[in-house]
Amino acid sequence: MYFKKFLKISSGAFAGVLLMAVNSANGFTACQVTDVGGVDDKSFNQTAWKGVQDAVAKHGIKSKLLESKSETDYEPHLNSMVSSGCDVIIAVGFLMGEATKNAAEANSKSKFTIIDFAYDPTVPNILGQVFATDQAAFLAGYVSAGVSKTGIVGTFGGINIPPVTGFMDGFAWGVKHYNKVKGTSVQVLGWDPESKEGLFTNNFDSTDDGRAFAQNLYDEGADIVMPVAGPVGLGSASLADELGSDKLKIIGVDGDWTQTDPARKGVYLTSVLKKMDITVLSVIEAVKSGSYSGGITVGTLENGGVGIAPYHDLTSEVSSELASEVEALRKGIISGSIVMNK
Amino acid sequence: MSHYFSNRETFKEIILIPVIATFLAISLGLLLLIFSGSSSEIALKALIALFLGSFGSLSAISETFTAATPLILAALGIAIGFRAGLFNIGAEGQIILGGMAAVIIGFSFHLPFVFHIIFVLLAGALFGAFYAFISGWLKAVTGAHEVITTIMLNLIAYRLLDFFLRISWIQKEGRNDPISKSILETAELPRIFYVLDPNLRVHTGFLIAIIAVLVVYWLIFHTTIGYEFRAVGKNLEASRYGGINPALTIIIAMSSAGLLAGLAGASQIAGILGRATPGFSAGIGFDAIAVALLGRAHPIGVLFAGILFGALIAGGREMQVSADVSLDLITVIQALIIIFIAAPILIQKLFPWIFK
Repeated sequence: MYFKKFLKISSGAFAGVLLMAVNSANGFTACQVTDVGGVDDKSFNQTAWKGVQDAVAKHGIKSKLLESKSETDYEPHLNSMVSSGCDVIIAVGFLMGEATKNAAEANSKSKFTIIDFAYDPTVPNILGQVFATDQAAFLAGYVSAGVSKTGIVGTFGGINIPPVTGFMDGFAWGVKHYNKVKGTSVQVLGWDPESKEGLFTNNFDSTDDGRAFAQNLYDEGADIVMPVAGPVGLGSASLADELGSDKLKIIGVDGDWTQTDPARKGVYLTSVLKKMDITVLSVIEAVKSGSYSGGITVGTLENGGVGIAPYHDLTSEVSSELASEVEALRKGIISGSIVMNK
Repeated sequence: MSHYFSNRETFKEIILIPVIATFLAISLGLLLLIFSGSSSEIALKALIALFLGSFGSLSAISETFTAATPLILAALGIAIGFRAGLFNIGAEGQIILGGMAAVIIGFSFHLPFVFHIIFVLLAGALFGAFYAFISGWLKAVTGAHEVITTIMLNLIAYRLLDFFLRISWIQKEGRNDPISKSILETAELPRIFYVLDPNLRVHTGFLIAIIAVLVVYWLIFHTTIGYEFRAVGKNLEASRYGGINPALTIIIAMSSAGLLAGLAGASQIAGILGRATPGFSAGIGFDAIAVALLGRAHPIGVLFAGILFGALIAGGREMQVSADVSLDLITVIQALIIIFIAAPILIQKLFPWIFK
């Protein structure tokens, strides 16, 4: 009994002294655990990490980062952040949902936020950030249908989970809306919003898969592809770069890919923006000012949490008529006059 | 391959070469860090963090052992293969099959506490053994090279897992993505230091791994079948003249290797994960090859090599948190260790005074 207590106290003290030697842990620290795509994925994890870096630049706080190499890393990585005394821990991704909940329940004093997961019921020390990406992808789908010359557009996802399929739903609905308005029959390959079945790479890291899936869609006639699988889409972009943007165009997701991947900026028609950088920054600010509370926050077209990027190099492909229709749709979705799933 | 593992390995070969290889690899890794633009202060910080994160506290040691457990089990299997002259690349697939069996038994049966765990582990071991048996049988009967068949079976295992996780009675309720139901509490391997602190993750699977080390040691060096493994590994034709049935021996060696890898998969599921997802094997089957090589295919060597690799994983985490050095450095260090181990002559040439 005494021995156990002694062991616990002494090992704790020992670790404390040693850790102090390494981490001069003073000042507000925001800590992020990324998903397996890595922090330089030009997409999902990178956008979330930008939020932390913006907070560092703006408020002079400290930051820590742990990249998950596999799904087995989530739990120890989160625990590691808890024990290194972080003020707020940012878990990036739906797949970390359970691990984050376990860590939050075991450490009720730590403050967490997670991207793409909404707990029901909510957990008092986790703020779930979810995004109505279907709204933004709806606009991208509409513009793709208008730009496509073959009358076939395609999409594929990483894993069949809501944060991925939300993009694909919106994209397919947007094309359908275009067909309804214009009386055309533009086809969507790779996703059926009714049956919830489609093309999935089953990973978020293989650019080879991104290339192969885009090649398949291209062979089936698609001339615009939206890959919803983080860095996997970069493989699709390199195929488009070789074929030329007149043959294959890519729609980026999460961030504006002309900015994150400037070497191939000519292939991106637009990007479906999921502004995790802005929401992450505002969560950090809320924790800092003491106004943080657990629950759910939703990014929409209305509050600017989602959107589509400018057409950049491919602006000439989008007629001014089409561009203004997209703008009208955006307002329609915000006002509620447009129902997407119809 | 097998000539590296003679029966009369000297102390120098078993202990010194791995130790020097590790030391060299870490030093080179840190040098690389400095050359790539980090200050030497950061490199020192990284080194300290690497040590503290792996052995600096009870929770660090717990993490080291947690990461080491499946590596040791799977590497023991690979070591048996090396002894019998087999290069088993298939531990990853065997882990997946073992883990899948463990999950299914873990959530679908209601059994009392200890029995359930034993049943889960047995199922994992048997499925792993069966999967490796396929490669062993193909080699023994048709001469198909085990490197090829095990690699192919790995790929099949990945897809099998994707397929299984979408079957409705395995898939978690209310989810569209491939994820299995969670195993019942009675199927979980208890945590060793639960009374001390429930957050210390090291579980009884580590004790099983240590027992497995002793059993494999006994098997290889003190049983007839172990002798036959080694005889076939040294010289297949000579062993045939000596009255050994090489085909049967190959099948048994492969199956035992799969049994241990399957056990590694089951212990991951029952010890820390609780459910299966497409990435649950996490490349452990490939890291285990490195562990078996570093351990010179000797059970005791494998134990220490497994703990070292576990320490690199746990320490690497602390390294990224507190010194802000990418985890990829750990992969570089692991790879360097393997290069030095694969070229023992290099080390003997570099440090002639130690080996003379």
